[in-house]
Amino acid sequence: MHDWPISRRLTGMLVLVSALVLLLTSAVFAAYEYWSFRGSARERMAVRGQILALNATAALAFDDVPAAREMLTALRADPNVLAAALYDARGEVFASYPPALEASLLPARPGEPGYRFEEGMLIGYEPVAVEGGTPLGTLYMASDLDALYDTFYLSGLIGLLVFAASVSAAYGLSRVLQGSISGPILALAQTARAVSSAQDYSVRAPGGGGRELNELAGAFNHMLARIDTQSRALMANEEQLRAHATELERRVAERTAELETANEELRRNAAELTAANGELDAFAYSVSHDLRAPLRSIDGFSQIVLEDYVDELAADGKDALQRVRAASQRMGALIDSLLRLSRISRVPMNRELVDLSAIATDITSELRKASPDRSVELRIEPGLEAVADRRLIEVALDNLLRNSWKYTAKQPAPRIEFGSTQTNGVRTFVVRDNGAGFDMAYADKLFAEFQRLHTQEEFEGTGVGLATVRRIIRRHGGDVWAEGAVGEGATFYFNLQTHTADDGGGS
Amino acid sequence: MNNGKILLVEDSPDDVALTKRAFKSHNITNEVIVARDGAEALEVLFGPKGGPAPRALPAIVLLDLNLPKVSGMEVLQRIRAEERTRFLPVVILTSSTEQRDLVESYKLGANSYVRKPVDFVEFTHAAQQLGLYWLLLNQAPSATDGV
Repeated sequence: MHDWPISRRLTGMLVLVSALVLLLTSAVFAAYEYWSFRGSARERMAVRGQILALNATAALAFDDVPAAREMLTALRADPNVLAAALYDARGEVFASYPPALEASLLPARPGEPGYRFEEGMLIGYEPVAVEGGTPLGTLYMASDLDALYDTFYLSGLIGLLVFAASVSAAYGLSRVLQGSISGPILALAQTARAVSSAQDYSVRAPGGGGRELNELAGAFNHMLARIDTQSRALMANEEQLRAHATELERRVAERTAELETANEELRRNAAELTAANGELDAFAYSVSHDLRAPLRSIDGFSQIVLEDYVDELAADGKDALQRVRAASQRMGALIDSLLRLSRISRVPMNRELVDLSAIATDITSELRKASPDRSVELRIEPGLEAVADRRLIEVALDNLLRNSWKYTAKQPAPRIEFGSTQTNGVRTFVVRDNGAGFDMAYADKLFAEFQRLHTQEEFEGTGVGLATVRRIIRRHGGDVWAEGAVGEGATFYFNLQTHTADDGGGS
Repeated sequence: MNNGKILLVEDSPDDVALTKRAFKSHNITNEVIVARDGAEALEVLFGPKGGPAPRALPAIVLLDLNLPKVSGMEVLQRIRAEERTRFLPVVILTSSTEQRDLVESYKLGANSYVRKPVDFVEFTHAAQQLGLYWLLLNQAPSATDGV
């Protein structure tokens, strides 16, 4: 039944309900009929019994058997009466009906007075007595229940006919009526099928079939309308999206082309840079070779003149030649410094954990060995470590400590310190001395190439030491600066930003 | 003192004069053969092209790196490649202090690497020491012995 179509289910339901109602009604009616018929049958027999008992008093009182028999024969009018009898006061049969009565149908002795159903029969005992007098005997009657069953069969037949008629009427009616409910639902289903198979959201379900079904169709149509609108919007969006995608693709292609151009340019720049680095290298190389050669000649031949013509040369001639030699040697030193400086920027970086305290100790002990006559108080904080290129940081520390060593030369109690401090949360290393110091007004010139704050007579130098230091510290991504005052010493600070990438110095 | 010859491979006439002077002032009287470029140096060592090889080899080669025609490195390479000359003492005498020149020279089998100082007094000192060491102290296998 579950997979029956809705029209069949509706018809089935209606027929079932009406049949059930009819069946229940008929059952109640039949029960009522049965009980009321039994009641009325007993009533009738009782009335009849009382009448007969009254009529039988005379016959019993006067022992008149024929009269009694005649009186009982009157029962012939009722075919349902099976048997009747009169018992005298002693309980002996006085008279019976019908004349050819089977003995089995007649009780030997009268029973309790009253009327009751027994063994498929209605039986009754009625005492016979003169009003207020002693009992004369008992009247007995037995009647079959054929009348009851006849009535029952008849009403049963009628009931069956009515039932059949009602059920077929209900069937016919429901066939017609279910259409008003199932019709709109089927139409709705049809519409839904059409929508799902043809993807056509513009069709609408027809209304009708009552409020709820109308509402259902309305809701369905509303939904369809919404879907229709949304699908149109979706299609429009899709169109727009496609347009956007095309636009995007175009832009991506454009940007890719731009990037490729930029990349090409970068590649070219890198190639140019490599070429420039190569040229710089070649330049430094040729400076190293070719610029020094003439200086050797100048110095060498001046010396030869000084040696070979020692007697011919006047004192100022010798002095002039000595100056030529000094100048060429100084220029040689400058060239060497320049080469060292350029090498600082060109050597590849190799970072590792470096013990700065140990390096400072090595440098200062070398300085002490080189000038054993000097007594300098050295304070080196132990355990200072940093991630750095060992060779470069050695050069930087060497320059700083050598600087301090040099500029404390005229100090009666020279002191040089190497330690660390924190500036803005960054660990900063400090090289401090109590030497000649410098004027803070020229602090920015300290680290420039070939800039010197002292004359060659005061302190010797080529002016690349601090420039070298700055290059090294900057290659480490750090910073270097100085504080000082004339005659009160100088303090150099530097930090090494270990997280900063290599500045990309050439190889 | 060893009376072998000194082969000086040097393109600068000034440097040739200064080197000779430096030897002279320290009484190193060994004959100095001068080659003005790498090709000349090879000719001195291996004879002219197609010609026979000279019988005697110099006791020491003082080799500049920056030379016309055939560079000092190539000369060194040839010297080390030839059976006859592969143990010949070669001292690089140059202006360069470039690390790669040092590394390359030693890689190719230079016996020594000396930088020419600008200061002539220092230079004559260096020349004297070179002469003392390579012509007097150092023992080199005989060229004709081979190995």
